Amino acid sequence: MTMGGKEKTTMTGAMALWKSLEREGVRTVFGYPGGAILPAYDALKHSSIRHILVRHEQGATHMADGYARATGQVGVAVATSGPGATNMVTGIATAMMDSSPIVCITGQVGSKLLGSDAFQETDITGVTLPITKHNYLVTHASEIAPAVREAMYVAKSGRPGPVLIDITKDAQQGSCEFDFEAAAPKMRGYRPDLSPAPSEYDRALALIRAAKRPVILAGHGISVSGAEKEVQTFAEKTCIPVAMTLLGLGHLPASHVLNMGMMGMHGEAWVNNTIQEADLLLAFGMRFDDRVTGNLKNYAPHAKKVHIDIDPAEINKNVKVDVALVGDLRKILLEMNARIEPLTHPEWIEHIGQLKGDTAVRDIQNLPDNGHLYAAHVINDLWHQTRDRDSIVVTDVGQHQMWEAQYYKHERPRSLITSGGLGTMGFALPAGIGAKVARPDADVWVVVGDGGFQMTMAELATIVQENLKVNIAIINNGYLGMVRQWQEFFYDRNYEATPLLNPEFSKLAEAYGIRSFVVNRRAEVIPTVQAAEAHEGPVLIDFKVDQEDTVYPMVAAGSALHDMIRRPNPLVETAEDE
Amino acid sequence: MMHTFVVYVENKPGVLSRVVSLFRRRTFNIDSLTVGRTENPEVSRMTIVTDADTDQARRIVANIYKLVNVLLVDDVTGQGALLRDLTLVKVGAGQETRGQVLQLAEVFRAHVLDIAADSITLEMTGEETKVDRFLELLAPYGLMEMVRTGVVAMRRGAKSPTLATKTMHTVTEDESVSHSV
Repeated sequence: MTMGGKEKTTMTGAMALWKSLEREGVRTVFGYPGGAILPAYDALKHSSIRHILVRHEQGATHMADGYARATGQVGVAVATSGPGATNMVTGIATAMMDSSPIVCITGQVGSKLLGSDAFQETDITGVTLPITKHNYLVTHASEIAPAVREAMYVAKSGRPGPVLIDITKDAQQGSCEFDFEAAAPKMRGYRPDLSPAPSEYDRALALIRAAKRPVILAGHGISVSGAEKEVQTFAEKTCIPVAMTLLGLGHLPASHVLNMGMMGMHGEAWVNNTIQEADLLLAFGMRFDDRVTGNLKNYAPHAKKVHIDIDPAEINKNVKVDVALVGDLRKILLEMNARIEPLTHPEWIEHIGQLKGDTAVRDIQNLPDNGHLYAAHVINDLWHQTRDRDSIVVTDVGQHQMWEAQYYKHERPRSLITSGGLGTMGFALPAGIGAKVARPDADVWVVVGDGGFQMTMAELATIVQENLKVNIAIINNGYLGMVRQWQEFFYDRNYEATPLLNPEFSKLAEAYGIRSFVVNRRAEVIPTVQAAEAHEGPVLIDFKVDQEDTVYPMVAAGSALHDMIRRPNPLVETAEDE
Repeated sequence: MMHTFVVYVENKPGVLSRVVSLFRRRTFNIDSLTVGRTENPEVSRMTIVTDADTDQARRIVANIYKLVNVLLVDDVTGQGALLRDLTLVKVGAGQETRGQVLQLAEVFRAHVLDIAADSITLEMTGEETKVDRFLELLAPYGLMEMVRTGVVAMRRGAKSPTLATKTMHTVTEDESVSHSV
């Protein structure tokens, strides 16, 4: 074997798989062996790649996803055919919805058995067709290296997404001439590098100059494009306030004077009201998801809209826009920043200040202590304690996720990893493992509800096995909290199937050899977080929080963005709900 | 309104199912779809007819382009393109009506493929509306069996886009939004 790779080398397909991944820069894969992928596992001993054995293939995909989101590099997951492959489906769909670059490699039955309902045969390329950016069925050893190189390229370029390579057992066992250079992607139809027509810049800049009440809507595309600096420069130069999507949090420091915070279903009320009053929306790498727009019929009715996104299929999908710039956000903003002159909007900024109104009074942080431990308190204290360190918070889905978004103030990009589009419960723990593997120097905090934790808690074993310092904060309210909240508001408090019978999580952690704590009072939050940080190994903290607290504000599904259910103002309203 | 797209794709297994799956999951309705070989053995060509407004049509084009195996999408709607649909139809025709059916076939330039004691099988190629009209006139004689291939389309003259140049193609423009892909 030559490192230059200019010479051809004869090897098995299995070896070509690992060599291609190595040459593509992959250092770690997350996987689970089985019959149809055994030839590949057998060849692993000849590879420098680190394999992390998971406890469930779904975990492998979320770990690859967490790895990808923490670094921007492609995460790789490996599984066998049949159930191994189908167990990956949720993780693949999660990565698809959040444009996360992962490559999933599955074993497949021998090519002669394809279509015969052989043992552990599933048509996984068919199953994952609608939830992958692209996928491959490889039946010859010689096709493996080109498929891996294309998959890595497709996953990462343009709008990133998951790619699956299904490799038959005989393709892994067969022999091929490995030539990495010759296997470079040759894709006639794939065009990830789009750029807007010059006239679109003129039209966008004219709208920006004319606007009196402009708002930037900042999304996940910012970190995908690496445009954090350019967004900040643009916002500062034009003096335009910025509202963030959930996956946009951290892409402009939360403490930045122009950063208003999160918009949408559980966004700040005044941020939503600002959007509804705006006369220009500048959408940067976001896709007008229904969770940020509310009812489309009366969404930002006075606003012209400029949409910058790399995916032309997002233009006019949900919201009809006036100008679309399709292309790489960073490149487009570099051009815009060079062409736009400094602007100010003092009246608009002052007006937005007034829109905040009684927000502070309604904030649970400012309510008098009633002895209850609230999730929002836990998260706010966690933020205070971890803010000065290189911390990554990985959340699950539900109430705790929204409280995290509201009360953990993210200053750096990629410091929040969360399942936004698909809303995958069970995401946090494995994704947190992936993030820790990708960024071993960072402090990883898995913030997870008691429901979601139990979906993938088998991966506690993976943490211990790999000796990973992952900190787990269970926000334990004994309910599927967000579903309970919907039942409270929209189903007449019929708490059907939402109360949870939980194990004693601290004892569970002990069974794995993980240090655990139980917290019942607010005063214990910071000392416990400090103790967790000081402990060398993984830690699990069971925060027993108020059972029936509710995430406010809330835009009910189908309501206009300004039509919010607010936390009662204790100064003027009696909290008769209690 | 009906939109007609000519889609050039890499001639690889599974590409048809990728395109069809896309229409299904985005809830775009396919009126007809044909697929076949082209002058280039590496390229297959689809003609897809779908009911969509201008904005939906643009989204369809953008979504088809997201498929990695798609080389080019040409919306030929309203471009005066040649549209043809092949039909085989078996009409009830005994001794008394055979002459009338053959006369209709001649007027519409349909080919007679088979004559049996009580039926005639005809082949007709033409624009959809012409075929529709022909079938309407045949209906009183009894349509025993009928099959249509769906539309294939080709631009007139030298207007067809070429795959040789890998330039950016402009998606259908309207007054409010335009962008290149």
